[in-house]
Amino acid sequence: MDPQDLAVLAAPADFVYARSQMALSLGWHIVVACFGVAFPAMVLYAEWRGHRGDAELSRLAHTWARAMGVLFAVGAVSGTILSFEMGMLWPGLMSRFGEIYGYPFTLEGFAFFLEAIFVGIYLFGWDRLTPRAHMLCALPIIVSGVAGAFFVVAANAWMNTPTGFRLVNGEVVEARPVAGMFNPSTAAQAVHMVLAAVMVVGFSVASVYAVGLLRGRRDHYHRQGLLIPLTAALIATPIQIGVGDWIAGVVAEHQPVKLAALEAHYETSRGVALSIGGVYIDDELRYEIAIPRGLSLLVHHDPDAEVIGLDSVRPELRPPVNITHLSYNAMVGIGFALLALAAWTGWARWRRRDLPRSPWFLRAVAASGVAAVVALEAGWIATEVGRQPWIVYQVQLTSEAVSTAPGLRYGFYTVLLVYTVLTGMTAYVLRRLAGHRALAPQEAEPSEAEPKPGTVPR
Amino acid sequence: MTAAEGVLAAMFVGLTAYVLFAGADFGAGVWDLFAGGTRRGRAQRELIEHSLAPVWEANHVWLIFVLVVLWTGFPPAFAAVASTLYIPLTLAALGMIARGSAFAFRKTVPSLRVQRFFGAAFAFSSFVTPFFLGTVVGGIASGRIPPGIAAGDVVTSWLNPTSVLGGLLAIGVCAYLAAVLLCADAQREVSAELAERFRGRALLTAVLVGVVAAAGVVVLRADAPRLFDGLLHRGLPLMILSALAGVASIALLIRRRYGWARITAGLAVVAVLWGWAAGQYPYLQPPDVTIADAAASRRTLVTMLVSLLLGTVLLVPALGYLYVLFQRGHPPATSPLAPPPSSASRR
Repeated sequence: MDPQDLAVLAAPADFVYARSQMALSLGWHIVVACFGVAFPAMVLYAEWRGHRGDAELSRLAHTWARAMGVLFAVGAVSGTILSFEMGMLWPGLMSRFGEIYGYPFTLEGFAFFLEAIFVGIYLFGWDRLTPRAHMLCALPIIVSGVAGAFFVVAANAWMNTPTGFRLVNGEVVEARPVAGMFNPSTAAQAVHMVLAAVMVVGFSVASVYAVGLLRGRRDHYHRQGLLIPLTAALIATPIQIGVGDWIAGVVAEHQPVKLAALEAHYETSRGVALSIGGVYIDDELRYEIAIPRGLSLLVHHDPDAEVIGLDSVRPELRPPVNITHLSYNAMVGIGFALLALAAWTGWARWRRRDLPRSPWFLRAVAASGVAAVVALEAGWIATEVGRQPWIVYQVQLTSEAVSTAPGLRYGFYTVLLVYTVLTGMTAYVLRRLAGHRALAPQEAEPSEAEPKPGTVPR
Repeated sequence: MTAAEGVLAAMFVGLTAYVLFAGADFGAGVWDLFAGGTRRGRAQRELIEHSLAPVWEANHVWLIFVLVVLWTGFPPAFAAVASTLYIPLTLAALGMIARGSAFAFRKTVPSLRVQRFFGAAFAFSSFVTPFFLGTVVGGIASGRIPPGIAAGDVVTSWLNPTSVLGGLLAIGVCAYLAAVLLCADAQREVSAELAERFRGRALLTAVLVGVVAAAGVVVLRADAPRLFDGLLHRGLPLMILSALAGVASIALLIRRRYGWARITAGLAVVAVLWGWAAGQYPYLQPPDVTIADAAASRRTLVTMLVSLLLGTVLLVPALGYLYVLFQRGHPPATSPLAPPPSSASRR
């Protein structure tokens, strides 16, 4: 028997808990991290418009800056546990490949450092700096946020298409960390992620103001609160669809088995249909919607092209198909729904220089925030589950990388509990921020927010 | 100096910065816990909030820096340490999550009850997080982390006399650093009276940390003889320096020279940290794994050194700007951008 089969069979008892803990903490962090990547530019834009004379936009920038401060803090600490988990849960990965896989994270450390420094300056220097200097301090936040996303995604891309080393008897030799960072998946994945961040932030911030507008608060403040983030997201959406095609091409070339799982495609053949939905049972997809030759056309831009199927590898080296396929479909489906929203908005603005008047437009925008987050999670699940059973594609199995320490399940239970509370608290605080839009800027808060002496119940 | 030692030294500089800056932030949280009731503790909590808010995230990133340098430069050591010590590391990470989010949340909610809840979470986690990080250091220093994945005992590697000593010292050092820093902040920005309160606390913690450290000599001798030996030989000059700086900072506190006391207090802490490094050299995971054993390949190390150098060029001016900006005292009380007062009463 191949040693790899043994490893598949011999996964430690708490393997599934380690994976669940990683999925939970990464799946949580990825949403918050999007706000670190894409929100600062929107806040800066509002501040700039405010500086040019629109007082309402200054107020909007303040409210957004407060939300950004909360989300950045939560993102900073929820990112920290991920660094711990890298070694606590996946020591096999770090031990063997840390010198290549870890390198982009070193650079990310610097990017995050700069971001944290300038977030502190930006949020708390609002009254200490001249408006111009203050707005300039947002630029390093934007640049380092995007750079940080690039480095983290480069590390993830390396797990998909590992390069920059040679293996001799399982030992890494000739490690070239920079080459590893610029592996074949990096460019497409990084662009895809940054656009996803713009969409998630744009649609979710816009959805908050869509709800306000639906409730009759049809003032300049709410309109701009909707318009600025929505415009950013709507510009990103069609580009993202194009990037989706690019990234699918990269996956088809370098990870054909993952592509087969994404499309639930079993038999390696020519002129393959594109399957949407369905349930994959016993190596067969049922109840799906099939578009003849669609997959061959989409992936290889040729209706008769051969597409490698799941049958190209032994069953134990195939990823779980249903989760991968359905979450992939969910991501793509939501992407096209958001594209339709973009088309509707663009048409109305082109014809009437205004937003669509139908209440269904506001309802659609109100739903778009949750939809974009679902698409983000679905896409992330599709790429991560689609890489299984490998942690480093065709080099190391996830079950080989997991920690053998006893009791990991209790770690998962604890993390689950803490994140449940954290989610509730974050939602509560953000709701308060959205509902109390007219609070003072950062530095006036503590004294403002606390009751005056003498009125304190003891 | 080899490339591996260079990378490790950079990591240790990061660790030193983390202990000094984030340590003081943790300590401020400890004093938040002991500030007293809502009304009595108000002035202290405001000062703590004011000193901490702009800088704590940047200070926190030093830990990320330490981790990423460790796992890229010394992958097997990181894997061994993190997998064996996953229990205190998980608890410390959860403490950080509770602490950071509670601190950020506290000032956004108007309800006093909710503020109190977040305040308690912030203060409590400021207390337990350094403890668990201290136990991690104790476990490594006392040679309880063998090479290999989860090869050490997942309980006794951090529940042992040296680790408990490390945990207690960590809390004490954080509280001490914070009290000394807050003396000067209180003097400058609030009142001499508040400065006096923190001065009393600084002196009290200085004595407590001194006592724990003295008791630690006995503990280390029995529980970690190798470390004890290292501290008494290669680490001895630094240990003496630490003791002298500690005594000097007490003298300066008594004479209310807060600016100088900051420097000597920091020096006392840094000297202990580097004394530990010197005492343990050349081992990364005593008693067997040396720095060279755990190091990544030379190419990675050199790439790291270049990256660290370039990163430092970007980082140092930015950090300097951050600290200078927020050490200049209060801004003008009213901001031109503040909303009209009527909006505050709408709540």
